[in-house]
Parts: sequence; structure tokens; C-alpha cells
Amino acid sequence: MAIFLNKDSKVIVQGMTGATGMKHTKLMLADGTNIVGGVNPRKAGTSVDIDGNEIPVFGTVAEAIEKTGANVSVLFVPPAFAKAAVVEAIDAEIPLAVVITEGIAVHDSAAFYAYAVSQGNKTRIIGPNCPGLITPGQSNAGIIPGDITKPGRIGLVSKSGTLTYQMMYELRDIGFSSAVGIGGDPVIGTTHIDALAAFEADPDTDLIVMIGEIGGDAEERAADFIAKNVKKPVVGYVAGFTAPEGKTMGHAGAIVSGSSGTAAAKKEALEAAGVKVGKTPTETAKLAREILGG
Amino acid sequence: MDLFEYQARDLFAKHGVPVLAGEVIDTPEAARAATERLGGKSVVKAQVKVGGRGKAGGVKLAATPDEAVARATDILGMDIKGHTVHKVMIAETAPEIVEEYYVSFLLDRTNRTFLSIASVEGGMEIEEVAVERPEAVAKTPIDANEGVTPEKAREIVEAAKFPAEVAGQIADILVTLWKTFIEEDALLVEVNPLAKVVSGDVLALDGKVSLDENADFRHPGHEELVDHAAANPLEAAAKEKNLNYVKLDGEVGIIGNGAGLVMSTLDVVAYAGEAHGGVKPANFLDIGGGASAAVMANGLEIILGDPDVKSVFVNVFGGITACDEVANGIVQALQLLADKGEEVTKPLVVRLDGNNAELGRKILSDANHPLVQRVDTMDGAADKAAELAAAK
Repeated sequence: MAIFLNKDSKVIVQGMTGATGMKHTKLMLADGTNIVGGVNPRKAGTSVDIDGNEIPVFGTVAEAIEKTGANVSVLFVPPAFAKAAVVEAIDAEIPLAVVITEGIAVHDSAAFYAYAVSQGNKTRIIGPNCPGLITPGQSNAGIIPGDITKPGRIGLVSKSGTLTYQMMYELRDIGFSSAVGIGGDPVIGTTHIDALAAFEADPDTDLIVMIGEIGGDAEERAADFIAKNVKKPVVGYVAGFTAPEGKTMGHAGAIVSGSSGTAAAKKEALEAAGVKVGKTPTETAKLAREILGG
Repeated sequence: MDLFEYQARDLFAKHGVPVLAGEVIDTPEAARAATERLGGKSVVKAQVKVGGRGKAGGVKLAATPDEAVARATDILGMDIKGHTVHKVMIAETAPEIVEEYYVSFLLDRTNRTFLSIASVEGGMEIEEVAVERPEAVAKTPIDANEGVTPEKAREIVEAAKFPAEVAGQIADILVTLWKTFIEEDALLVEVNPLAKVVSGDVLALDGKVSLDENADFRHPGHEELVDHAAANPLEAAAKEKNLNYVKLDGEVGIIGNGAGLVMSTLDVVAYAGEAHGGVKPANFLDIGGGASAAVMANGLEIILGDPDVKSVFVNVFGGITACDEVANGIVQALQLLADKGEEVTKPLVVRLDGNNAELGRKILSDANHPLVQRVDTMDGAADKAAELAAAK
């Protein structure tokens, strides 16, 4: 089962022929991902040999879907062109678009999110500014290293890429059903709540680890959702307790504005919802281990 | 990036939002000519990126050019809530104000859309009005793709219950203010007060604009709006080298890969510091993926150049990046600094985990640099770095 991505997913890569796109297409293939094509209007009709795999390049997402039955697109398109690429994916009604690109203007991400909604939400957007998602042993759509851990029964949702890797590493002996990096931008497609709901419904997930960070109120709303809708145990971690007010900490969305968006408020909200929150990533992993062990 | 009032005024004027004349100066003497150009009287307004400057004495009327020079002398150099005044705006004096309103457009993260906030009770802290009398503040969602049409502007005007005699003017202003918001890629455009003056005209008398730096690629002109003078010198040096750096007030220098992991590292160091006399992180520095020796050297140079730093914690989780490359980066960075004659005297604690961690650790052990210590867990390494900072 797992969530959003499995062995049957047929993946295309928008921006595959660029340096970053090539590097990660190669890695995704190595993890067993069924990559069925790339999209680049200037190289339509050609194909690319990646480690002996002949990957066709299509002119448009629609054409790629028509020829291959693709149902996932991973986007490595530079920020200036990302909005057009996401809109193209939405117009082609691809069920899942994973936007890896960092540095997209927020007016662009707000516009493509609103467009997806106006077109009936046929396309789930993950990201932007995210590492993508992995279902270990089945498929990898993005840049999460495939060799950190193995298939297992923990579900992970996180705003941060490296904290995703860190947590997968801490719990590598137990393994993960799916790990979803939702991204650190102010406007993102898939939220903590979306992933929590999917993990709650997934029979292959026994425990959910949720990683948040300063900025916005997504963690508070997730806490509210957990209290009302999630029966599986949830373990949480929040980064940014020491972040000063008004400074962007790496991720465009990671900023404490006045008294809102603080790590302390998020931790408090999660704990009030019954989530065990660790002080460090290692302690968080220990909490997960305790719950699964006993 | 938050702008100064005069920069916001200029952007408003560019997009047709009605504003009063004004120009920015940075010497008292320049206030004379500027005031003469305005007909002999002016308002001298401190330019600081913080609220409450009026109460702090940062806004003064000048009835003559001489008085403007005197007021500018008073205000330039003044400290307002920790912000030193380096510039003042010499503004046209406003006609008598009859009423003060509030309007803004901003990003609504919660609903992943844009929002208009409007109120007939402007001129004061809108946050307080929103808390005390929420019914006096109209919040209207704006679809990112539809924007503020004249119809939408009228909807906002009605929701905020602006008086009939100014409704048309305010609706027009909302359309031009939205144009400012969209065409400048702003995260916030705010007018407070939006004033009805005795003639019946409605004018934007003060404003705030915050711009999205991710959109700089399509706004070459925004570079000129950056306040280089106010930047922390270390932050400015880091920015020049394309490093994601924020100066903090502690003693443990931090280098890591990935924003989330670095934020987490700061927290873990602060916790560890509680047992070591309260030492804290000295900075945020994310060297990102693919940390080459050159990037590591640039990062180390910034951190070691910070006189507040007593020890350094390099915390890397090798995802796509391999730890052996990172370890080589550290060794080469120290060599690069030594070759430049910059003697490194501060201890470094390095934690490497993930992709090729064993190889990376071996490289550090073999290099056997006297100042580099390896600790293989994040919590343990944070504790060691805090201990070393406290011992200095």
C-alpha cells in the first residue's frame, strides 16, 4: 500500500535533461522507480540513455501521459519556469506532481495552487522546495536517498529534507512505509494534514512521525486534525526553538512573525493533541521506538 | 525584504496609488532645499523599519526650511527601538485629516491564498483593533488568479463599510494597490493611514511594503532597494558568497547542510549549552547539498571570522552528498585558510552521518588536525561543542 506512491507508479520527469534532472533520474532509476519518460519541448522525440535505460523525451506532459500512462511527474524545472511547468502538469491532469524546485516566487506558487483547486484538484501537488517522497523498496519520486532505510511500518511527513533523512536514518532498522517531504515554502500543495490522513488510512503504516518547523500555523492545524481524526500513534519534532523573530531561516517559509509561528507554540499544540514531541531528532526517534516496542 | 516608507511611497506612486510628495535625504542640510521644493514647509519623518516612530519622536513638522534642518538634525542618528535613523523623508505636509482608514493585501499562508484586510479604524495598531473589535476589520480572500477587479474592490469596500462619499475613491485605490502587490511580487502592501483629508480626497499617508526575494530574477530594480548599510557585516559577507547565513548572539559557530537540520542543530546546541553555562549558537549557516571544499572553506571563513565564536560545530548528514566529500572539504578548507595565512585557533567538532560516513570519518582521523574532533552523534557532538565554547 504505502501512500501517494508505489511500485505501479509510472513516473515522468519535467526538466529531466538538465544536470540536476539527469543526476536524480539516474538515482531514482537505481532505486527501482519506473521512469517512463522525460519532458522537454526542445528535445521532443529524442531519448536519453541512463545506465542502459532508454528513456524517451516527450514534448509535453499530455503527450507523455498519452504514450506511457504516466501518473506521477517529478519537476526539476528552474524557478523562473516552474509555474508554467506545474500549470502544464495540472492541465494534463496528472494525478501527482512533485515539485522539487527551490526558490519559486510565492506569487507563482499561490497561482498554481489556486489553479489546481480551480481545475477540480485533479492533481495533487507535493512541494515546492521539497525532497519529494519515497516508498522504500517500491518507488522514489524526488531526491530522498534511497539507501538510508528499508521498507517498514513507519510513515513520515516533514517540512525539511535533511531532517527527513536524519529521521529515516535514526529509525533505519525499523523501516518506513512512505516518507513524504512536503517542503518549507510558505505555500505548499500537500500539507501535514493530507499526509496524516493518508497514513491513518494506510494499512501498512503503524506509527506516524511528523516533523515541523517554525513559520505559519500548519503544525497547529495538524495537531487539531490529529486530535479529531488520527487514532494511530503520532510522534512529533519541531525545529527552530532558537530562531530569532523576523529572520528567515533557510526555508522561505521558516520565519517567526511577531508572536506567531514559534516552535514553542507548535510543540504545545501537538502535545495537547496527544502527540509525543521529542527535544532532538534522536530523542524523537527514541519515542517512536518505545511506542513500537511496547 | 521589508522596505523603508519612502521606498514604499515610491512604489505606490509608480503604480498610481495617491501619495504626497516626498524625498529621502541623509544629511540635515539637505532638508533645507527639499523643504523649499515643497513650498517652505514639510514633515520630517525618520526612516526606520519598525513601528512606533511617531511616539518615539521620529516624525516632526517643520514650518520653515530652517526648522526642517533643525528637526532633521534631531532625528538623524536617533535610536528608535534599536534602529538607528540614517535617513529621513522630507514629505509634503498633509492637508487636515478628517478620517483615517486601513487597507492591505498580504499572503495568507493558512489558506494558501491572498487576503485583503480593510478597516475604517486606521491610524493605529490594526492588530489591536482586530483583537478588540474584530467586527471593525474586514478580511476578504483574493483568488491569486482572479486578483482584485473593480468588482472585487467594491466587495472589499462594502465589507469594510467605508463611507459612501469615499467608496469610489477607495475602490480605485484598492485596484492600484493590488497592482503594486502583483507587479512588484510583494508579500505585503499596507497603507496606514489611508486618510480622507479636508478636501474630500483620500491619500496614502504612510505605508509598508515587503518584497519576495525569490522573485528578484524578474525585478532587477529591486536590488537598489536593499539597505546594505544596515546589514550585519558577517551576513553581508556571507550573502556575497551565496551562503545562507543568519547571525545570532551565542558562542558556538554552526555549519550544517539543509535548513531543517541546521535549525535543529541550533536547538540541540542551545539545549546542550544549558549544562555548560548557557552557551548558545552563534549563527545559522546552511551550506546546502553538494558541499564542496570551496563552499566549506567560505563557510568556515565566515564563522571563524566572527569574534563571538568560541567553538565550531559542523553537523552534516550525507544524503545525496557523500560524507567523504564533506570530510575532504573540511580538510581542504583548513588548508586553504592556513595557506591564506589565516591561523585557525578555534576548536571544531565534526559530526558526519549518512552516505559514506565511515569513509568521511576516516579521512578526518587520518588528517589528524589538532583542532578537529570527531563525535559521531548529533546530541553528543552538540554537547562537546558547547563544552569547548564554555571552556574558552
